[in-house]
Amino acid sequence: MTSYSPEVRERLERDAKEIIGRYPRSRSALLPLLHLVQSEEGYVSDAGQEFCAEMLGLSKAEVVGVSTFYTMYKRRPAGEYHVGVCINALCAIMGGDQIWDELTEHTGIGNGETTADGKVSLERLECNAACDFAPVMMVNWEFFDNQDPESAKRLVDDLRAGKEVTPTRGPGRLCSFKEASRVLAGLPDGLAGEGPAAAGPSLEGLKIAKANGWTAPKGASE
Amino acid sequence: MTTLTPVLTANWDRADSFSLAGYGEYAAAKKALGMEPDAIIKAVKDSGLRGRGGAGFPTGMKWGFIPQGDGKPHYLVVNADESEPGTCKDIPLMMANPHSLVEGVIITSYAIRASQAFIYIRGEVLHVVRRVQAAVREAYEKGYLGRDIFGSGYDLELVVHSGAGAYICGEETALLDSLEGYRGQPRLKPPFPAVAGLYACPTVINNVESVASVPSIVANGADWFAGMGTEKSKGFGIFSLSGHVTRPGQYEAPLGITLRELLDMAGGVRAGHRLKFWTPGGSSTPIFTDEHLDVPLDFESVGAKGSMLGTRALQIFDETTCVVRAVLRWTEFYAHESCGKCTPCREGTYWLKQVLRRLEKGQGTEDDLTTITDIADNILGRSFCALGDGATSPIHSSVKYFRDEYLKHFEIGGCPFDRAASTVWGAGE
Repeated sequence: MTSYSPEVRERLERDAKEIIGRYPRSRSALLPLLHLVQSEEGYVSDAGQEFCAEMLGLSKAEVVGVSTFYTMYKRRPAGEYHVGVCINALCAIMGGDQIWDELTEHTGIGNGETTADGKVSLERLECNAACDFAPVMMVNWEFFDNQDPESAKRLVDDLRAGKEVTPTRGPGRLCSFKEASRVLAGLPDGLAGEGPAAAGPSLEGLKIAKANGWTAPKGASE
Repeated sequence: MTTLTPVLTANWDRADSFSLAGYGEYAAAKKALGMEPDAIIKAVKDSGLRGRGGAGFPTGMKWGFIPQGDGKPHYLVVNADESEPGTCKDIPLMMANPHSLVEGVIITSYAIRASQAFIYIRGEVLHVVRRVQAAVREAYEKGYLGRDIFGSGYDLELVVHSGAGAYICGEETALLDSLEGYRGQPRLKPPFPAVAGLYACPTVINNVESVASVPSIVANGADWFAGMGTEKSKGFGIFSLSGHVTRPGQYEAPLGITLRELLDMAGGVRAGHRLKFWTPGGSSTPIFTDEHLDVPLDFESVGAKGSMLGTRALQIFDETTCVVRAVLRWTEFYAHESCGKCTPCREGTYWLKQVLRRLEKGQGTEDDLTTITDIADNILGRSFCALGDGATSPIHSSVKYFRDEYLKHFEIGGCPFDRAASTVWGAGE
């Protein structure tokens, strides 16, 4: 595996130093740095792990020991759009299993595989904390709520055709897997203000409370 | 009748609820920084607030365990690694109302004399990470974080740290190892984090909802909070309804509300169907059935009936659902997420998965039921952390309530249920 070009290396070093500076002890920056190198190549490469080790004064074995523990770090290039289908009990039963079956047949790829055009990779996801929106899918870790087999296939077709796709609770524009990894490294992309504050099921209880005039007791601050 | 009590969810219908404009001016933090730290700890103790991440440990007591005047740095670490199957409250809370969390972090850190805090948030929720990052930045810009907050002389730095996909990091000591840049594996306790936590220094680890509840307690008083809920389970909490229910969603209510009351508000089990089984607080809490509709959802009452309140993650399954299939999927989850550190959990979940796969296909025997309960008995109480214990909950409870359904699979040599009927689009209305 080749190492980074001098320009890439210089840029990554600048980012890495900023991230490391936030922590009382440098090794705490390892997970963010792994997200950072993933944002460069779309996976955690040999060069990326070497870079993390150098920046933190660790052996490469120590870095590999950590990177292989966490499922979000990909050991092969993920697609430009990494598509997850929740197959934990509740989503599976609500239709996630059928979505997965139809989607894998439709795309011809399986768990952890990427389409030949490099556009889409698929992953069987465990619970993504959106059970009230089941069945749930994620693309580059943005929410695509309340899916069904047809909407799932359309979503993947649109991604492969380069059509604009909008998360149900997320920014107006879906960013790439690499761009997403950069945000997770702790380098914001300025999109936090986009998308709804809350949507659909998140608001059910509040709606019912308001319709009935229910509130918490009055407190000292009111 | 119990009614809903929106506090943390009260501003979620504002388009700008995630910004300072939609939240307010951190009046509670300002008030707190004018108080003695011990007075804040006392107020939180008096309020009766118990950990909202599932275990229900009294929050103020946890803070009180932090040694004072020990000369070591203290840390607050917020556990925002919400990953327990069924649990989906902290994610919408941080998406819609991240400032309640940031304000809670300031008050909590001040109370435990920490000048550095972290929010450890699972990585698989990009937009939630963005919202929390933005809220922290806004708070810094306003001077609510950083040096000399509100002119009190108190300094606090807050870092938002994204995880990388590991359910085990919701276990507090595994989270600490992960935050230190290691594989997320649990530590032996004692020493407890209050004595030797992050970087071997005194550390409080609190759930998102616990910390976000603190500003309301400081603002309105301990009595206000304690006036809601039951005698030993005080205050409000977010109840998350999901699955075969007409209007799934987040319902913020006093502890002690019942599933029957919540289902009434949510339009009941989906039309034409009836309740079969449910989890009171995520997949690690033993399942309940329709005989438990009137159990008050507080720590004591749910415990007395053989389950746990957990995270109030109410996953509702109707009569179209095969319980063996649900238990298999949860078991596959635990096997996938077992960190591998201890043998009972690593090997036990692996073998549970194998046997359950056979059972679900109708290729098992009645002996297999003894095998899975034996394996579960050898995991429960013998594992390094609560992940292993949690893995046994669906096994034991499903065999207890639905033994006949397991047997039916062997009798007919397959699953007696039509999978299509339990999907959202296969309701057959």
